[in-house]
Amino acid sequence: MLDVNTDTLRERSLEARKRLLRISSAANSVHIGSSLSMIEILEVLYGKFLRVTPNNINLSNRDKFILSKGHAGLGLYIILAQFGFIKDVELSAYAKDGTKLAVHPVLNSAPGIEATSGSLGHGLPITLGMAIAGRRNGWNSRYVVLMSDGECDEGSNWEAIMFAGHLGLDNLLVILDYNKIQSFGTTSEVLELEPFKDKWEANRWSVKEVDGHDLDQLTSVLNSFPFETNKPSVIIAHTVKGKGVPHLENTLESHYRSIKSEELDEVLATVY
Amino acid sequence: MRISFINTLTELAAQNKDVMLITGDLGFSVFEDFKERFPDQYLNVGVAEQNMISVAAGLALSGKLPFVYSITTFATMRPYEQIRNDVSYQNLPVVIIGGGSTFSYSTFGCTHMPLEDVSIMRTLPGMRVLVPGDPYEVRELILGAYKNRGPAYIRIAKRGEPQVHGNKTLIEIGKAATVREGDDVAIIVSGGQLPNAIKAAAGLADQGIEARVVSMHTIKPIDEDAIMEAAKTKAIVTVEEHNLIGGLASAVAETLVKNGKHIPVKSLGITDEFPTGVGSSDYFMSRYGLTSDNIIQSVINLLK
Repeated sequence: MLDVNTDTLRERSLEARKRLLRISSAANSVHIGSSLSMIEILEVLYGKFLRVTPNNINLSNRDKFILSKGHAGLGLYIILAQFGFIKDVELSAYAKDGTKLAVHPVLNSAPGIEATSGSLGHGLPITLGMAIAGRRNGWNSRYVVLMSDGECDEGSNWEAIMFAGHLGLDNLLVILDYNKIQSFGTTSEVLELEPFKDKWEANRWSVKEVDGHDLDQLTSVLNSFPFETNKPSVIIAHTVKGKGVPHLENTLESHYRSIKSEELDEVLATVY
Repeated sequence: MRISFINTLTELAAQNKDVMLITGDLGFSVFEDFKERFPDQYLNVGVAEQNMISVAAGLALSGKLPFVYSITTFATMRPYEQIRNDVSYQNLPVVIIGGGSTFSYSTFGCTHMPLEDVSIMRTLPGMRVLVPGDPYEVRELILGAYKNRGPAYIRIAKRGEPQVHGNKTLIEIGKAATVREGDDVAIIVSGGQLPNAIKAAAGLADQGIEARVVSMHTIKPIDEDAIMEAAKTKAIVTVEEHNLIGGLASAVAETLVKNGKHIPVKSLGITDEFPTGVGSSDYFMSRYGLTSDNIIQSVINLLK
């Protein structure tokens, strides 16, 4: 486990956002808003929490991170590149002909990609299987899955949520990127998730809520994992879709368009 | 066949602690002993088949060798996208066991009648599709799937089928078993129809017609050599408990077309419809011509 200081993670978050805009613009790739809302979460996970580095990637009893909201794959690749899992040259080839890094992560396409995602409602059940294996093998590994709010519409997740609570797996952590905008509207308009915390608690999960862009809050909540013994934990991270790019913040469009090359410099100047 | 499955899996579990049995809350009176002997290798996920498949994929990603069990329709169709993305796409050693062939639950209605499982599983890249015809084939194919360490689907009937093969017969994934030699006609059969095919061949022999009987327990990868060998006779009859679209009949026809072979073929199975109404297994078998008498008649008609 690394212990990168918070100021460095703050700088890296800014760098990650700019890189995301550049690469997605070049690749004409979508779902930028979904990547932007999870940047700080990933920085703190890899910088302070996960016991996984490029050096221990072949160990079976290490921590694992699964990005269930696979449409934000580019955001994950950028963070993995910052932490040395992916080479810059591979990252630059994102989504190009004959290369490996797809919009949605594919198992083994790069070190640190632990499962294939892209279809919603798969990441949590898969991670749950890993957590069961980890417990039965007596490993002290921790299994972390990052989910979107929209994917909580999927019934398969609720099968897994019920089962994880039933098993009382305290080696399992869900982080919910609650940016409150899904594919075709706000979560309130499309399919209301509230009372969200209550739903998890009713299924025997231990819940904490944080500002998903506040590095200190994220650090502190991760340090308190597992929140309770014999219960899985969930962090409901309140985030902003398109965070850090004023042009895109809280817009549905941030799910569907990239920045055109001619407007890139102007947009980059506003990133925070 | 189900007893053969659990006995074989119990042996494997005793040898290898990574072997696991995952069930979608089914297996009453069959899995109790396994559960008691290997509590750490047993998991009942509840009536939640999507989660069942994805959890099995997660277990496999952590080095486990899951055998997943439910009634055939619920094991394959309910979680099909999980099977596709999590098992097949990730190429994981998850073995899916479908309990029951088309008419195992004949009085339960079509929700419990698998007509399409072989067809839909066959289109998944890398998926081995196995339809054993007797308890011995079940055993050998389970062992084969274990050794292969890749995605596999096994559909087992559960009527207390008789053992057809001798205990030293070589049953291998992808290699059809020729149960009876014959030059006049070939009966290619999968699953629980195997005894009917053998009985039909005996009946045909009484009439001077020598039928070759090929147990095509592996629908994918299909044994093309065995089909082409069968095509050296005068006609082929395929027999299966499945929709005639996409299963054994299709696999045989595709092979013949691919190899440019012209030969009369008659396929027996479920015509493209839901077998509505209620009745015994024998009632439905008879309705769709899945009897030794109808196999005999089909051969005679083909050879006319």
